[in-house]
Amino acid sequence: MLEIRFHGRGGQGAVTSAEMMAVAAIQKNKYAQAMPAFGAERRGAPVLAFTRIDDSPVEVRQEILEPDIVVVLDPNLLGSIPVAMGLKPTGVLVLNTSKPAAAIRKILDLDGSTRLALVDATKIARELIGRPITNTTMLGALLKADGVLDPEDLVEPLKERFGKIAPRNIEAMNRAYKETKITEGA
Amino acid sequence: MTQSDKPRWQELEIGCIVTTPGSTREYKTGDWASSIPVTDPAKCAKCGICWVFCPDMARFIDQRTGTYDVNNFYCKGCGICARECPTGAITMQEVGD
Amino acid sequence: MSHRKGLEVSLGISEAIKACDVDVISAYPITPQTHIVEKLSEIVAEGELDAEFIMVESEHSAMAACCGAAAAGARTFTSTASQGLQLMSEIVYIASSMRLPIVMAVANRSLSGPLSIWGDHLDVMANRDSGWIKYFVENGQAAHDHMFMAYRVAENPKVLLPVMVNLDGFQLTHVIEPIELIEAEELGDFIPPFIPQIQLNPLEPVTMGPAGTPAMFTEGKKAQEAALRDSRPVIDEAWEEFGKRFGRNYKAVETYYTDDAEVIILGMGGLTGTAKSAVRSMRADGRKVGMINLRLFRPFPDEDLHKVLSGVKVVAVCDRAMSYGGPGGPVASELKTSFYGHPDAPYIASFILGLAGRDVRTGDFEHVARRAEELADIGDPAPYELIGLRE
Repeated sequence: MLEIRFHGRGGQGAVTSAEMMAVAAIQKNKYAQAMPAFGAERRGAPVLAFTRIDDSPVEVRQEILEPDIVVVLDPNLLGSIPVAMGLKPTGVLVLNTSKPAAAIRKILDLDGSTRLALVDATKIARELIGRPITNTTMLGALLKADGVLDPEDLVEPLKERFGKIAPRNIEAMNRAYKETKITEGA
Repeated sequence: MTQSDKPRWQELEIGCIVTTPGSTREYKTGDWASSIPVTDPAKCAKCGICWVFCPDMARFIDQRTGTYDVNNFYCKGCGICARECPTGAITMQEVGD
Repeated sequence: MSHRKGLEVSLGISEAIKACDVDVISAYPITPQTHIVEKLSEIVAEGELDAEFIMVESEHSAMAACCGAAAAGARTFTSTASQGLQLMSEIVYIASSMRLPIVMAVANRSLSGPLSIWGDHLDVMANRDSGWIKYFVENGQAAHDHMFMAYRVAENPKVLLPVMVNLDGFQLTHVIEPIELIEAEELGDFIPPFIPQIQLNPLEPVTMGPAGTPAMFTEGKKAQEAALRDSRPVIDEAWEEFGKRFGRNYKAVETYYTDDAEVIILGMGGLTGTAKSAVRSMRADGRKVGMINLRLFRPFPDEDLHKVLSGVKVVAVCDRAMSYGGPGGPVASELKTSFYGHPDAPYIASFILGLAGRDVRTGDFEHVARRAEELADIGDPAPYELIGLRE
């Protein structure tokens, strides 16, 4: 089972990202589950979302404490939320940031072995979508790192969810997929 | 907050009452902002419209200068002040990470 | 043709209600039920369902509108949670006393205070004696399927009682899962047309919802209570017929690894999925643990439970609600009552967990199974244990 944890703020679409992954996996005849975890229900409050993807039915409903992948939509969460908590040693941290890998390792106090997948999603989203909402852009970064789904698998789910504005979201996802740099652990 | 930071049931106030007045003031919401307002002092007419329109009381009056300054501890960068400013003195600037 | 879709469980319910071709929907929004009714309002507005969507100013009015609609012979749906269920509470009791086959999806959520929007079973447990048939579902597929079950049972001329389908707020309502959707054409005549025994009709006036004097009230209640108990064969038949037509089989008491189990965990709703996973690990460690997913809560399936649990060493009942100053978790206390005087009663241990959406983990069930066995050996004066309490 692949377990992914998303970190964002209310209104940034972290829950939508988690859902799109689950819908795409289900369309590929896999089993999947996407769940949100809210604190206060308002814009800006830190939000968690979880996606599980497996080849057999997913029955557990607990929060993901030891994710294989962590995705962080908002770089300003890094100071206040322990985003890397529980990340498996073999896992990868997918981050929206303009900073280099070395700086991220310092800020999060990561040991050299953690895999990182970094992209400046805010920049891509501002340019292609016109707003700093990075949820679909970050799907591209996630897909570069996950090894289970491809950007092609997300096209139908994104079209169904976003309708008229799907094309620019798909473009942002594809550009992030191209630009995401994966830094293996030392 | 880890589980161990949170109070035990015996430590709660009666009826779960929160006895610290105005405790929400301590909650930093400024880190939500992806852009923040910057004022050009030459254009500012000190009319106070930015302060009136701020939905979050993130502006405060400086009694000495008569200006209406942003408190970045709270400002979430909604941009309403920039839009409402009648002299165009306020611009929104992107915040990097 | 049914098709498998990755869909939010709430929307799976909306799609089911559309396939049921309901006549009247009246609901008031409350977290975490909102997606169910928002989607339905969209479906009605788009003309995909020919129904009257009655906007109301509160849940109390919503249930009142449903009562009026059902009394006039309409197939009726509503949905609520938590404080909304409390607010409509007096009319909820009236709906069942008037034998109105309303179907309500309850997105189980906590009861304030302190203020809570998160999921547990406090809302439905506060409503235990309301006289409605109560199902609990544990995943999106069951949630979708039980809308069909609910109407078939509710509107059956031998039943004519309202039905609550309970699903965990957030932990079910807001989860994307694979759901095989049954559409109207495929549903066929699984739900026959609603033909009320007596309906509101100006040409044939009747009085519905009269007063009941001391001389009359007891008999009125007995008639209602008998109807609720007698609904059981119809409930079973609906599951059987559904299984035949759609290949998914449901029961009042669903067992998992219980045949040789020494400790059986009993729960309702979404947490049973997590419990199943815990049972598998415990079995892999050689422990004789099993699980019951209790699907039908009213009428309470005493006999089915006795069949599975008689002679078992320990039952660890995991409640997601609490009765303050009382005998422990609600389901635990009902099970104890059910087994009173029974020769082979198991030791029944009461655990309460997952209040206000607190994460329920496989580790919690491992703890529960271990603890229940300890309690069976030493006995324990405490009526219940609150899992994860900080003290």
